[in-house]
Amino acid sequence: MISLAEITKLAIKSLLRNKTRSILTMIGIIIGVSAVILLVSIGQGLQDYITNSFESLGSNVIAVLPGKVGGSSGFSSASAPNFAGTKLTQKDVADIAKLGGPVESAGAAIQVPGSVSNLGKSKYTTILGLDQEYTKIRNLTVAKGRQINDADVRVNRNVAVIGTSIQTDLFGNSDAMGKKITIGGQKFEVIGILSQIGSGGFGVDTNSYVIIPITAAQKVFGIKGVQAIAAKAVDKDSIPLAINSIKKLLSKRLKDDEFSVVDSGSIVQTINQVLGALTLALGGIAAISLLVGGVGIMNIMLVSVTERTREIGLRKAVGAKPSDILYQFLIEAVVLSLGGGMIGVGIGALGAWGINHFIQTSVSWWSVALSFGVSAIIGIVFGVAPAARAAKLNPIEALKYE
Amino acid sequence: MSSLISLSKVKKSYKLGDDIIVEALRGVDLQIKKGEFVAITGPSGSGKSTLMHLIGILDKPTSGTVSIDDKDIAKLKEEDLAVLRNKYIGFVFQAFNLLPKTTAVENVELPLIYSKISTSDRRARAIQALQDVGLGERLNHTPNQLSGGQQQRVAIARALVTKPSLILADEPTGNLDSKSSQEIIELLRSINAKGNTVVLVTHESDIAEEAKRIVVIKDGLILSDKAVKNKK
Repeated sequence: MISLAEITKLAIKSLLRNKTRSILTMIGIIIGVSAVILLVSIGQGLQDYITNSFESLGSNVIAVLPGKVGGSSGFSSASAPNFAGTKLTQKDVADIAKLGGPVESAGAAIQVPGSVSNLGKSKYTTILGLDQEYTKIRNLTVAKGRQINDADVRVNRNVAVIGTSIQTDLFGNSDAMGKKITIGGQKFEVIGILSQIGSGGFGVDTNSYVIIPITAAQKVFGIKGVQAIAAKAVDKDSIPLAINSIKKLLSKRLKDDEFSVVDSGSIVQTINQVLGALTLALGGIAAISLLVGGVGIMNIMLVSVTERTREIGLRKAVGAKPSDILYQFLIEAVVLSLGGGMIGVGIGALGAWGINHFIQTSVSWWSVALSFGVSAIIGIVFGVAPAARAAKLNPIEALKYE
Repeated sequence: MSSLISLSKVKKSYKLGDDIIVEALRGVDLQIKKGEFVAITGPSGSGKSTLMHLIGILDKPTSGTVSIDDKDIAKLKEEDLAVLRNKYIGFVFQAFNLLPKTTAVENVELPLIYSKISTSDRRARAIQALQDVGLGERLNHTPNQLSGGQQQRVAIARALVTKPSLILADEPTGNLDSKSSQEIIELLRSINAKGNTVVLVTHESDIAEEAKRIVVIKDGLILSDKAVKNKK
């Protein structure tokens, strides 16, 4: 047999002799691969986003939420927290903080969608009413100025810490520090700018938070009680212990369906399991079009073998062995599918990059590797039957073929 | 002197359908020596194509022996036959059989690819062969830019490029007008004059007359085998 490099050259020359057909044949694979890359990158981006945003909550964080949240048995019983009907109180926060043992600290929060404005410029965003402990547990650090502290909460001071995009949207290039913004009809003095967090995505911009003292938020929005409690466990291993003691404490006063205690790690895990399944399903659907592309290659290769019967006969007459012919046709199929795979990866990655301006995407190396591998395998699997047919042709018959 | 190609008591039969057996050759003895110019002729259905396939090592006999350079081909596998064809035989076909959309020089290089000659040697030898058949000016023309006679010259260059022991031309003038036919025959004669062995298969007796020896075949047997006298 002649060398693989030589056969590859022959195969590529043959494909170039029929450029239009080669490109049309590749389109099936191109669409399949780029769909796989794109859909998987969206799923992966979603997972990355969730993971990042939960990581930014801080480590070893346990959330106490009102109502029944999630549920251990998966989708069917999953439900959202009941913020409006919260039965959690400031006293619960203090009690949890006093638990000691596995529980290090606890902070309170309420969260209200609302608008903030400055001199006619207004922005609809998420307003967080927090205490000092909560900002510490959730790693909400300031890049400039200071964070809300216990004194602000105690005296119900009208001060606010704003995210970087609020600074940009309401104040442009001028410094917001010390200026007044209006929230719910009341003036708040900007005392700090939050550190930039992540890249955002999915319409939720973590840099557009406005943080005010929890007591001020309760007054402005007429909310009684606490909507979320963040507790910090002393370390990762004591999280289950801390959850148990918080549950025990709260169940003295509240019914089982009036509160939930969850740790951020398990939430991330659950969400990522669901998203992982979704990503696989999307990729699987896209992979079907890859299969269709493979059938297209097989079809064209079979036509090509018939059409080139005389050429095959001639090659055999001048000294090509059956194996030379077999590999030439096999490599033609593989070049078509791998070439399509490469172009598909390029288009898919380009598409993912384009979409990244709207929602977060992440092209994972495994989806690229998988697409390459699968397209090579498709070339071999769907190329072998036509190639075997070509190799088996009798040169005498082939030369007579009209 | 030993023969280049030797056929002894060669029979070849084909199965048509389930139970019809056609005996194409019914016991042929034929020796072709180095440097000969032999025409094999006969009416259609006489078995001359079958004989051509055996001489060209494209097929094996049903019985009897075919040997090339004293090597019996009976026991060789398809892969080995391909090597022998590449080394010993240069084919010229009625329909030229050039690769479309491929330049003359690339067409001529084709057999050299399968004899594992390096790329640069291939190019040099292909150019030389095309110059030898008078197509030095048409190296990069594709078949559809060449006349029938020129295409057949490319095919002859392709047959010559491996320096084979035998040029086997199967009705090489069948698709050509009489002027081009004459040119191709002249070319084959000059190739023979340089010492190459040429076997010409044709059903046209005037073309056969151009060879130095004529083998007439009919109904699967050799009817006559004699040298051509009074050569021009």
